[in-house]
Amino acid sequence: MSQDPIISFQNVSKSFGEVKAVDGANFEINRGEFFALLGPSGCGKTTLLRMVAGFETPNSGEVYIDGQPMSATPPNHRPVNMVFQNYAIFPHMDVRGNIAFGMRKSGLSKSELDKRIDETLELIKLQGYGKRGADELSGGQRQRVALARALIKHPKVLLLDEPLGALDKKLREQMQIELRQLQQQVGITFLFVTHDQEEALTLSDRIAVMTEGHVKEIASPAQLYENPKSRFVADFIGSMNFFQGEVIDLNNKQLSISTDVLGEISVPASDSDYASKSPVWVAIRPEKLQPVFSAPDDSSNVIEGEIGPSAYLGDRSHFYVHIEKREEPVLVALQNLERSSDLHRNPFQKVWLKWSNASLVVLPRN
Amino acid sequence: MKSESLRGYSLLSPTLLAMVLGLAMPLVVLITLSFWIQDYLDFIRTFSLKNYTDFFQKPIYIKILFKSIRMSGLVTIATVLLAYPMAYFIAFRVKHNKLVWLILITVPFWTSYLLRVFAWKIMLGYNGVINSGLLSLGILSEPLEFLLYNPTSVVITLAHAWAAFAILPIYVSLEKIDRSLLEASRDLGENVFMTFMRVTLPLSLPGVIAASLLVFIPTVGDYVTPALVGGPRGIMIGNIIQSMFGKALNWPLGAAISVMSMITVTLMVCLFIWGTHNFRKRVA
Repeated sequence: MSQDPIISFQNVSKSFGEVKAVDGANFEINRGEFFALLGPSGCGKTTLLRMVAGFETPNSGEVYIDGQPMSATPPNHRPVNMVFQNYAIFPHMDVRGNIAFGMRKSGLSKSELDKRIDETLELIKLQGYGKRGADELSGGQRQRVALARALIKHPKVLLLDEPLGALDKKLREQMQIELRQLQQQVGITFLFVTHDQEEALTLSDRIAVMTEGHVKEIASPAQLYENPKSRFVADFIGSMNFFQGEVIDLNNKQLSISTDVLGEISVPASDSDYASKSPVWVAIRPEKLQPVFSAPDDSSNVIEGEIGPSAYLGDRSHFYVHIEKREEPVLVALQNLERSSDLHRNPFQKVWLKWSNASLVVLPRN
Repeated sequence: MKSESLRGYSLLSPTLLAMVLGLAMPLVVLITLSFWIQDYLDFIRTFSLKNYTDFFQKPIYIKILFKSIRMSGLVTIATVLLAYPMAYFIAFRVKHNKLVWLILITVPFWTSYLLRVFAWKIMLGYNGVINSGLLSLGILSEPLEFLLYNPTSVVITLAHAWAAFAILPIYVSLEKIDRSLLEASRDLGENVFMTFMRVTLPLSLPGVIAASLLVFIPTVGDYVTPALVGGPRGIMIGNIIQSMFGKALNWPLGAAISVMSMITVTLMVCLFIWGTHNFRKRVA
């Protein structure tokens, strides 16, 4: 599968005046993949998407779609279609008119086209809405029309620009599942842009994390979450506690690290080599720290702290735990497994945090 | 509830009063007058249809009314066709200081209407700018006579005089178009021209309609421009009405011609709106 790219970015750069929006993007998107460009606003993800659609041209480098260089191809001749952020539904046409817009040159007869439109309406579950005007649709329906309008053209890649950003939370969660099902149903490559890491994790096969015009890392959601390769990625996706450390030495595939707060730890060495004395971050996810409220017998892999501010989130609670010699509190997430209305822990209560060394992530620090 | 609606009416009352005094009253006076008969310097104040039978029996009035409508129609088409590219340019191509461009367009309107008409007289006249320019360049051996004092010169002058009234509404409707709609059209396979035909033009139609009405309605009744640059062949219905209230001294007939011209213009406008509405439906 990795040998069959549908989109290939080769050293693609784009500047707007002084600002480098995209700086040397160099990666490939596989056929049939659900691929996310994830990053904070202004990271260049939308510019990258618009270069695939043809609305921006790279200053250098080349975008290939299905092996063809695209620089000289205007948007109307590219084998991709886009779902716009605000959906861009034509206000002077009804739903059918919108869906049929791109089919003028399809060569289909009136009845064939009608059949195709009906099929597409069924695909996006809007049967019976064909005669509705654009202003008579809800946000979710507008999005479905935008999807239908693009999918009826059978593009090689469907581009989605923040597709769920304008919807409320419940609808967004529902559309996430539907988008995923739809992608599997039609088998088209989906390339979508989002700043919402949860959305990217839920939907994608692979995610490219971007910041300041650079692609920092491309990996599957689980890889990015459990095994990030940089502090930026670790921090941007989910929450992470970072501890300063320094490598003591590396032997028997075990990495010994002295840390400021966690003491001396030993973790399995990953594929990246660390020289002795190199500075590192030792990181752990909040849910991988296990809080206990009485002093444990075994004092290895335990730090002692005091509960600070907390937040009740329904399914789980977040605590900030103050630890001696450390300014920044440690974030701990606790699943609320028991049914109780008193899950707020008392502030200033003593707490011991346990961890397993396998949960620790070692990242370069510079 | 009652006091609230009362408050609403009291808020409205100044406007309502101005409307009644300024619009409804003169109309009532005009219509009443059209059913009277001129008797030397006085009116015979009994109901009569004489003015209307005169209007329909003497072909000159209907002929000039339709000629006026034809000329105004030409003016409207010319103005909108010239205004559209200008409005399009400001809306889509000008990136900074749009306001400066818009103000520049209205600059000619800071001078009097008469001055602008006279300016065209100077441009188009026998010894005018165009003729003397072409003569001095050796392109002509003697001045062109067809430039001034005919319907064409009226159309040219009016088209220029009303340009801003067409540019501004078209500009507003173009400016309002969501740019992502144009990108969506390109994305769905249409080139620049078809995107214009299928998205930009239909969405700017309200501005085009407004511009057409703003130009068409007032120019049908215009009498200054035809009087100054139209010559005998460039006479419009406004000139006839003016003479009825002036030299010809037949106010009731003038009123009847005004009423008939008003009705005709209203019908034309209804036809126009109905036509454009159908066009929009066909595009969609």
